[in-house]
Amino acid sequence: MQTAITAPLRETEQGREADLILRSCVHCGFCTATCPTYELTGDELDGPRGRIYLIKAMLEGHSPTRATQHHLDRCLTCRACETTCPSGVRYARLLEIGRAYTEAHVQRPASVRLRRWLLRALLPHRRRFAALLWLGRRVKPVITPALGRRIPPKRATAPWTRVAHTRKMLLLESCGQADATPNTNAATARVLDRLNIELVRVTKAGCCGAMSHHMSATEEARQFARHNIDAWWPHLESGAEALVVTASGCGTMVREYGELLADDPLYIGKAKRIASLARDLSEVLIREKLPFRAGRPRVRVAFHSPCSLQHGQRVVGTVERLLERAGYTLTQVAEGHLCCGSAGTYSLLQPELSEPLLQRKVAALTGDRPDLIATANVGCQLHLESGTRVPVRHWIELVDEAMS
Amino acid sequence: MTGNPTPIDKEILSRRNSLAAAFRRWLPGECVLQTEEQLRPYECDGLSVYRQLPLLVLRPRSVEEVQRIMRYCHLEKIPVVARGAGTGLSGGALPVKDGILLSLARFTSILELDPAGRIARVQPGVRNIVVSEAASAHGLYYAPDPSSQMACTIGGNVAENSGGVHCLKYGLTVHNLLEVKVVLADGELVTLGGTSLDTPGYDLLALFTGSEGMLGIVVEATVKLLPKPERIRVLLGAFNTIESAGEAVGEIIAGGIIPAGLEMMDGLAIRAAEDFVHAGYPQAEAILLCEVDGTEEEVSEQLTAVAAIMHRCGAFEVRTASTAEQRQQLWKGRKAAFPAVGRIAPDYYCMDGTIPRRHLPEVLRGITALSRKYGLAVANVFHAGDGNLHPLILYDANTPGELERTEAFGAEILALCVAHGGTITGEHGVGVEKIAQMCIQFAPPELARFHGIKHAFDPAGLLNPGKAVPTLHRCAEFGAMHVRRGRLPFPGLERF
Repeated sequence: MQTAITAPLRETEQGREADLILRSCVHCGFCTATCPTYELTGDELDGPRGRIYLIKAMLEGHSPTRATQHHLDRCLTCRACETTCPSGVRYARLLEIGRAYTEAHVQRPASVRLRRWLLRALLPHRRRFAALLWLGRRVKPVITPALGRRIPPKRATAPWTRVAHTRKMLLLESCGQADATPNTNAATARVLDRLNIELVRVTKAGCCGAMSHHMSATEEARQFARHNIDAWWPHLESGAEALVVTASGCGTMVREYGELLADDPLYIGKAKRIASLARDLSEVLIREKLPFRAGRPRVRVAFHSPCSLQHGQRVVGTVERLLERAGYTLTQVAEGHLCCGSAGTYSLLQPELSEPLLQRKVAALTGDRPDLIATANVGCQLHLESGTRVPVRHWIELVDEAMS
Repeated sequence: MTGNPTPIDKEILSRRNSLAAAFRRWLPGECVLQTEEQLRPYECDGLSVYRQLPLLVLRPRSVEEVQRIMRYCHLEKIPVVARGAGTGLSGGALPVKDGILLSLARFTSILELDPAGRIARVQPGVRNIVVSEAASAHGLYYAPDPSSQMACTIGGNVAENSGGVHCLKYGLTVHNLLEVKVVLADGELVTLGGTSLDTPGYDLLALFTGSEGMLGIVVEATVKLLPKPERIRVLLGAFNTIESAGEAVGEIIAGGIIPAGLEMMDGLAIRAAEDFVHAGYPQAEAILLCEVDGTEEEVSEQLTAVAAIMHRCGAFEVRTASTAEQRQQLWKGRKAAFPAVGRIAPDYYCMDGTIPRRHLPEVLRGITALSRKYGLAVANVFHAGDGNLHPLILYDANTPGELERTEAFGAEILALCVAHGGTITGEHGVGVEKIAQMCIQFAPPELARFHGIKHAFDPAGLLNPGKAVPTLHRCAEFGAMHVRRGRLPFPGLERF
């Protein structure tokens, strides 16, 4: 596509990168077909091609207003469009540049700024999140059911195993997951233990930075990344073979540490190495011989592949194969490429689009009458749970149960 | 005839705000897009070299709303351009500056699917592939499958009379359409065609199909569904020269075989598509993809015959997709080949000429020669079986002068097609892109009949003005331009 980026922007690294990405788009419109928000509104401005155009216009010197910001905010960053795009447009990166540009040029209403700040201040910090969760569970009986169903119930968890093995892998604990769905990481440790792999918890590490990154607080995201790199590095030096990620949203972020810290000469080398060692748990297990017990579990499972897994990391089909190897029966799921509407903080910031996506996703997942729904990201798990009576679990719990 | 409301242009332009307010009185805010910022992403369709901000974008939700909009625009003499998914490649949905862009993207319901009657009644904003997906459970599918079928919508397919890979055997949109409901320029709702095979009176359905939004706005279409063939196989033949592949195409058809699809890609296109789908295409100067379908026996017989022809014409490799997934991968690469070319060049200009099949090798040689003349690379991806060429001229729109050179190159390709007894468009429509070439294709008396038809449907010339059919005045200008440079295009050409 033809571009005319303003001269001052062409002088900047980001301007040039944006220009290159814009030039790779041929405006064919294939992306609109798999975009969840375009599917809902049918508005060019709510599809990837339209957003690319909005960004192009800004970078060509047309001042953006809240209208542009509004439509860029409404993108889930599910990246289904990247999977669809035949021309290989790096949409998510372009959006990041576009969002940063609107952030710098358009001021949000004070109430929205406060809400976004609160989310960033509370969610990616484990202790604060745990306190919030505790408080939420206490007030649940006295608040509206609509709000109440968003607060995850306390759930049972089996203890971690702590057996030393020569094979070691690091665990990214994922801030929300450690408290909201603690059994996910515990089950991961048990399964890996059976494979003679020790899962090492690095308590000093924290949030992966995705939440800040999605809200255009890039420097904050970099701080999280540097902090984690410092925490993980000694363990990797002493022989841990991989960084296991059990929440695919975090996995997508860690895998992009190299790009995130591209301008940081002190960290770029380590960032790239860590990105290359990050593995979704399913990628680790698919290579191992798994000791499943005899007899099929008589459970029909609908698997929801998170966008961060299938589009962000392009890990496709591995969880499904693992569940089948464990003996589960997978049900038919329509529109598997569509986002459930969780998308990090999206469900909190954009309920008017998130809610219909949730309903549509739940209908697609439950259409073939599964006994339970499995997924691979804590965000999706909690979001789906708020919209259905069918139990929603992390797939590793099912794999764990098929072994014990 | 078209584009006549000149005296009131300025007045209307200055009325953007009041007009928006008028529509907002009965349409919710999100249905009316008004600021330049909101309008800009609507300034072009799939052919982004032509851009024009519309006066307003309206996004109605019901047929009644469409009618009400049309009645108002008729009364106020405001031009209207309809738009579906905006994937068209000839600028058919390019807005006009003093007109409304009417988006039909919210009409996404399948109203009826009758497996026994093998028909589907759908709204215009239903994506092409969604019809086949919905019919699939009943063992049925919708045959026309443009390469953009995952995104393009039925309303646009009707307006452009879209074809696709399978139209060689199963026909274009017009052959798979039974009935359309159309809102006319004055807001009247009419039904054209019917669910029986023949309807009395003039065949207005055929007239309407491919009329590029000039005669009315499709608000509902009833399409035929076909039973999925018992067996489908795809053969891939790899050739060292594009001419030998072209020869194989002629031989296959001459051998009495009508493949379900017969497609060619040249070396450049193969590389781009392979980079996207990883289908395992061989490195070759040209590949032919030949799909045969039917009963077990038919398919086996045709497979053997096609493979033999390919070998005889010099294929160095012939293989059959062994699984349904492999077959889909092979087609996916072909269908994504246009945009995949975006991986090797920043811009491409897609031509859509047709020629009689026997001239394939000759015309392809001509295109190669032109490519050298203009210094611009060409990737060829096309429906070889029906002689519908899609040369993609690769260029860089940011390099000054390159777009103009590309357009001149494209015009010469189309003239070459016409000179070989072909046409300037096979399936993408004329739009704004090929409007000048219409003057090469048709003589003034023929164009006058087109204008007569337009007048019968839309006397004020409000629907999609400036598209598809050039004014005689414009043709005169186009001709004069060429004469002035001393080379009237093909003056001795026989008109038809």
